Amino acid sequence: MTTPASKTRRIAIDPLTRVEGHGKVTLLLDEHAHVTQARLHVVEFRGFERFIEGRPYWEVPVMVQRLCGICPVSHHLAASKALDAVVGAAPVSPTADRVRRLMHYGQVLQSHALHFFHLASPDLLFGFDAAPERRSIAALAAELPEVARQGVLLRRFGQECIRLTAGKRVHGTGSVPGGVNKAVTPAERAALKADLPQVLAFAREGVARIAELYGARRAELEAFGTAPSGLLSLVGRDGRLELYDGVLRARDAHGAVLLDGVDPARYREHIAEGVKSWSYMKFPYLVSRGPDSGSYKVGPLARLQNCDFIHTPLAEAERAAFVAEHGGRPVHAPLAYHHARLIELLHAAEVIGELLDDPDLSGDDLLRKGPRATEGVGVIEAPRGTLIHHYRVSPDDLVTHCNLIVSTTHNNQPMNDAIREVARTHLDGHEPTEGLLNHLEVAIRAFDPCLSCASHALGQMPLHVEVRGPGGALLGSRTKESRG
Amino acid sequence: MSPGKKLKVATASLAGCFGCHMSLLDIDERLFTLLERVELDRSPLTDLKVLSACDLGLIEGGLCNAENVEVLRLFRARCKVLVAVGACAINGGLPAQRNHLDVRECLTKVYGEGSVPNDPELPLPLDQVHPISDVVRVDYFLPGCPPSAEVLWQFLTDLLDGRTPKPGAGLIAYD
Ligand code: SF4
Repeated sequence: MTTPASKTRRIAIDPLTRVEGHGKVTLLLDEHAHVTQARLHVVEFRGFERFIEGRPYWEVPVMVQRLCGICPVSHHLAASKALDAVVGAAPVSPTADRVRRLMHYGQVLQSHALHFFHLASPDLLFGFDAAPERRSIAALAAELPEVARQGVLLRRFGQECIRLTAGKRVHGTGSVPGGVNKAVTPAERAALKADLPQVLAFAREGVARIAELYGARRAELEAFGTAPSGLLSLVGRDGRLELYDGVLRARDAHGAVLLDGVDPARYREHIAEGVKSWSYMKFPYLVSRGPDSGSYKVGPLARLQNCDFIHTPLAEAERAAFVAEHGGRPVHAPLAYHHARLIELLHAAEVIGELLDDPDLSGDDLLRKGPRATEGVGVIEAPRGTLIHHYRVSPDDLVTHCNLIVSTTHNNQPMNDAIREVARTHLDGHEPTEGLLNHLEVAIRAFDPCLSCASHALGQMPLHVEVRGPGGALLGSRTKESRG
Repeated sequence: MSPGKKLKVATASLAGCFGCHMSLLDIDERLFTLLERVELDRSPLTDLKVLSACDLGLIEGGLCNAENVEVLRLFRARCKVLVAVGACAINGGLPAQRNHLDVRECLTKVYGEGSVPNDPELPLPLDQVHPISDVVRVDYFLPGCPPSAEVLWQFLTDLLDGRTPKPGAGLIAYD
């Protein structure tokens, strides 16, 4: 089982908290408290890819967003984009494009705000080994109420962008294959615009706060859990930071470009996935580098360093400062994700400002269609990184094949590398206290993993399962032979 | 529940997508009012990993593996009032779409023959996704996918004020 030698101790952090989804970390220690193994396990399975098959294609954008309640819009839009190709509507109308972009940038803004303010910030503001009672939004609200308030209001604004475009804050229905079913009215536009100056101000304060926090502890944070890997993201065709639609670019750990200008529909030629027995989350890698050295990071830190520039001025100034601060070398420190994430939050607020001034946001050309195709790939930069949806649809409108590579999955190997590194430098040889164990979670949290998204596959080994009712009555049981 | 007292509230996400938790956060600034009146215990939003005796337990998600069942039983044992929040907790929700499929076949399809994950650290999957009321007694059911922030707010303030929760007409949606 998990204790191969009698002196080996197993320590589990279960459940992981202040991250989204279901996961745990296990450590094996030998008799001298040396860490012999550190692993992040994704413990849930879903089977979305399998049960989407056989469903009519138009249900898909609404179904798949139930993979994830924090970034439902990413799945909603990646599926819509893939199916635009199937209904012959790519590119969609300018109005559909703007409405979807508003939904998406609203989503990036709310998700980044949630991650920093509601979930991760206590680690940075109160310390990695603060008492567990202090490491939550409740403590933030009590001790730094203004910071908490700004986080809540930033998130609210992003959620309102989503509600006004998707119909609902969580699991809306605004985007459909071929376009959208609603534009933004002038009144809705005005309501969002009224909040924008405050949102921009809070976003700028957020970046300033993290830059200061990071700067004050640079050497320590720079080393924390740091492990080199490649970087992957979409970029705009002109090399800009682009989160809704673009081409794939990858760099190696030193920043050299490995792939560029790749049509996302050809992702399969460049990305492959490995499987390990101890996690339901797969391990993607770049085909050209192979499974052992082809791992890469996605998400804010990858995007910020992969792009050539940001087209919005406030975020571009912050990006340039970030690059200069690190001497132009690629940064692999997990905790630098926070800084990159808040720069992106500022960028999202600026893009929303542009969209709210764009007349196309209120047009009435919502839906298009053209010659049918049998296959579509939709790739988007979700808050947590590159999200790939791939479908095949039969002539009678049913999905015959579905493949999803979700953002967090790309970061699987980097997250495992990060906790191994933290275990090696902070825990090795020490008696693992609660505070020390939180160090492992701090490293994982920095990636903002969405283990909910990442658990779309089904698990093995239903050996003997019984479900009993409240009174102990057997409601169902099933036995299968093990293959293990 | 007697009015005026700080309630201890725990939350869990079983086989859910966290959308119900997000909907709770969608009460926006009212979160601060809520935090003045409740103390959060074990929850994905805190680092408290051990569940203490609580007044209220909010459960998102249905049951898809043995660990979900264990956590749910623990919540039932320690929470005076247990609430099924959202479609997944009430009837399995979207994850229950897998119920008509054979688990083995799904696995092989996703991971490939011979490389399906299999490790003692991974909890035993159930062959069907179950509603939480299949396993424990449930005091309240809040429908919706997710129930809106308004429903959750109304429900929680009713409980905090000592009233029987009655989310008003038009608030509940069965999506
Ligand atoms: S009910 Fe809906 S929002 Fe809630 S966990 Fe289930 S899928 Fe997510």
